[in-house]
Amino acid sequence: MKFSIFRFLILLVFTLLVSLKANGIFRVQSESINQDSAAFISPYEEDNQRCFVCHGQSKYTYKNETLGRDIKALMFSERIIRKDEYYQSNHKSFSCTDCHSSEYANFPHAGELRMEPRLNCIDCHGGDETYHFDGIEEEYKQSTHFKLEEEGFSCWECHDPHTYKISKRTSQNLKETIAYDNAICLNCHSDFDRFELLTDHEEINILKKHDWLPNQSAHMASVRCIECHTQINENLPVAHLIKPKTEAVKRCNECHSQNSMLMASLYKFESKEKRKDGFFNGIILNQSYVIGANRNEYLNFMSLIIFGGILAVIGIHVFFRINK
Amino acid sequence: MYLYPKWIRAWHILNSILFIILIVTGLSMQYTGKKDYVLVVGFEEAVRWHNISAIILTINYIFFVAGNLFTRNGRYYRVKREHFFSDLFKQLKYYSWGMFHGEKHPFPVTMERKFNPLQKLSYILAMYVALPLIIISGLGLLFPEIVVKGLMGVSGMLLTDLLHITMGFFLSVFMIIHVYTCTLGKRPESLFRGMITGYHATEDHYDLED
Ligand code: HEC
Ligand code: HEC
Ligand code: HEC
Ligand code: HEC
Ligand code: HEC
Ligand code: HEC
Ligand code: HEC
Ligand code: HEM
Repeated sequence: MKFSIFRFLILLVFTLLVSLKANGIFRVQSESINQDSAAFISPYEEDNQRCFVCHGQSKYTYKNETLGRDIKALMFSERIIRKDEYYQSNHKSFSCTDCHSSEYANFPHAGELRMEPRLNCIDCHGGDETYHFDGIEEEYKQSTHFKLEEEGFSCWECHDPHTYKISKRTSQNLKETIAYDNAICLNCHSDFDRFELLTDHEEINILKKHDWLPNQSAHMASVRCIECHTQINENLPVAHLIKPKTEAVKRCNECHSQNSMLMASLYKFESKEKRKDGFFNGIILNQSYVIGANRNEYLNFMSLIIFGGILAVIGIHVFFRINK
Repeated sequence: MYLYPKWIRAWHILNSILFIILIVTGLSMQYTGKKDYVLVVGFEEAVRWHNISAIILTINYIFFVAGNLFTRNGRYYRVKREHFFSDLFKQLKYYSWGMFHGEKHPFPVTMERKFNPLQKLSYILAMYVALPLIIISGLGLLFPEIVVKGLMGVSGMLLTDLLHITMGFFLSVFMIIHVYTCTLGKRPESLFRGMITGYHATEDHYDLED
């Protein structure tokens, strides 16, 4: 009787789809991701071009006065600034010489320029209301990296001066944001050359250190490092207090439960929609399905009813068997 | 009547133990709270035991399918088109009315007919519809890279997970009913005894009085 099984299957799939539909999770994501794709034209384009001729790619040419001819040389990768990334970054409207001495126009650059103090975020952004720079600064000073300040650690280590672009966290691009933010940490934590400049600590193998996490790659693609490594702060959009490793989140339940901490960190920006469509923490569903955190109250209710019904029927049956 | 060969009994005992573990750990994962121990085990343990049991269950399932393909036990699962619904109805009527009024069992167990129509249908649905679906969706959750990214704007993982949970639910329901109907033998415990010894207690009809 293949036929009726087939019919049953269709019915099953159909009811499943209808119940999904009723729960409204077939949300068509029509809003296109409209990044500001129109090229930005900087008022300092020409000024900056003086620097980009050398710092824009891996080869540069300069005139050797003594020999009287052009010399080609390689630019260290650390000194290369990608022009397209620069003109998409937060500080795209800047001239290079807003932050660097105008003396850099000359080549070879004067030796004493190296000693020039750098500007800090707070020098320009102090008192900011939107992003709470002062609060961030305070947290940074308590974070585990702060002890490395003497070795040269600063906000710039995580916020590349030439490429950092603040992520707009919407549910459309969340996965990109996660990848971007994790790359900030991995830039250093999986690049021992950079890491080594700041510490004598032996190399930390991030993959190995987290192999207690099942499906590590799925987790790292769906949560940020800072979810587990920072102290949640109600007042900051992005917590900056990186705790010592012993205090990092290790308990699965912190995320995999009804009052998932993800709602206070990664999904904070939309946490008002906590119980969308009958799913607890429904907003997460646009990106991931987190076992434990995304129960559906309708389905919960339905299953209780069905189980109860079956037990009742069995009870009645037993009653009649005994009292027939 | 020797009805349950050794391999069926071996498969079945392993299957039922694994099933109970899977249900308990599955519920633990689905209903974790902030406390470490929900139901019986914590989340991390639940994930581990769920994975281990599921892999053994899958292998055991392949064994079951192979057994039914290559031995004569498979014939008990074959359905005939004619009288399909009327036979089901007969059986249902027997369970809900006939058996309390001294009627004869409409489909007594013989070497040629191990299952009554209702039993047969429920075993087929459980073994050849729900189990394959739960195994496939479970593999999808274990190896998320093989799951389709999304379907009509819904995350593929969510669909996979809902399928998994729904099938888990159906199979739990199946198990409750199954265990209960297994008390409807000659005596309440005779079918269980049969599943252990292999011998089915013969009688002309299921009679609750003796
Ligand atoms: C002719 C090629 C050339 C031009 C033009 C040039 N640079 Fe450089 N720059 C270099 C090279 C090569 C280095 C690395 C060697 C060094 O430090 O002198 C460097 C290094 C630097 C450094 C790092 C110094 C340090 O602390 O190590 C900065 C900052 C810098 N350049 C900024 C600028 C700015 C700003 C401009 C444009 C106003 C500019 N450069 C134009 C070739 C150039
Ligand atoms: C918002 C301020 C700012 C602007 C604008 C800026 N820089 Fe920088 N730049 C810095 C800071 C701060 C550092 C030091 C970073 C560090 O120590 O990690 C730096 C470092 C450098 C370095 C050395 C690279 C390194 O990693 O040490 C070069 C080369 C450089 N800048 C070139 C440029 C050029 C060329 C431009 C214009 C296209 C430019 N900068 C625009 C802030 C700026
Ligand atoms: C030299 C002063 C200066 C320094 C140093 C500086 N900024 Fe800025 N920053 C600005 C200005 C001015 C703007 C606005 C630029 C614009 O609107 O084009 C800006 C814009 C931004 C924005 C984007 C705000 C928005 O609404 O789009 C962010 C985020 C930001 N800065 C972060 C930082 C961080 C983090 C640091 C330190 C690592 C830093 N800035 C260092 C002057 C500075
Ligand atoms: C250990 C790395 C690290 C350090 C150090 C760091 N940040 Fe951040 N910061 C991050 C990450 C990761 C984000 C999230 C990036 C994003 O999504 O925009 C972030 C985001 C920000 C934002 C944007 C907040 C928002 O609303 O999206 C600001 C502003 C900021 N940081 C300022 C600072 C300042 C100021 C300092 C130094 C006092 C600093 N950061 C030091 C890692 C760091
Ligand atoms: C699910 C939570 C979680 C996530 C996500 C996570 N970590 Fe961790 N991490 C931990 C825990 C817990 C420890 C402490 C491990 C231990 O004690 O064995 C740790 C340890 C570390 C350590 C210290 C290792 C040592 O022994 O010195 C570093 C560095 C680190 N993590 C970096 C990262 C980076 C970078 C990322 C993002 C790519 C990340 N972590 C993502 C939970 C997490
Ligand atoms: C520029 C390099 C750099 C970046 C970027 C960076 N770190 Fe680190 N981090 C270090 C160094 C160096 C240490 C080792 C400190 C020491 O000597 O113990 C460290 C240590 C740690 C530790 C271990 C603390 C402990 O208790 O031993 C954690 C956790 C950590 N980082 C997390 C992060 C996270 C999360 C990010 C991104 C938001 C990040 N780091 C970004 C350089 C970096
Ligand atoms: C920081 C929050 C967080 C913590 C802590 C966490 N998880 Fe997860 N976990 C997630 C998220 C988010 C997903 C969804 C991944 C996705 O998008 O599919 C997930 C998915 C999973 C999955 C399904 C993976 C798959 O196949 O898709 C398992 C299993 C899992 N977690 C187990 C654990 C265990 C066990 C622990 C504790 C050792 C743990 N998680 C800790 C956030 C977390
Ligand atoms: C504790 C739980 C369980 C108990 C006590 C139990 C008990 C029994 C008993 C007594 C029989 C023999 C009666 C009959 O043939 O109908 C049987 C057969 C059977 N059971 Fe179960 N069962 C359990 C769980 C399960 C589960 C979870 C499944 C499948 C997912 C299952 C599938 C089957 C099948 C397919 C047969 C027929 C096997 C054959 O002879 O070919 N059982 N069970």
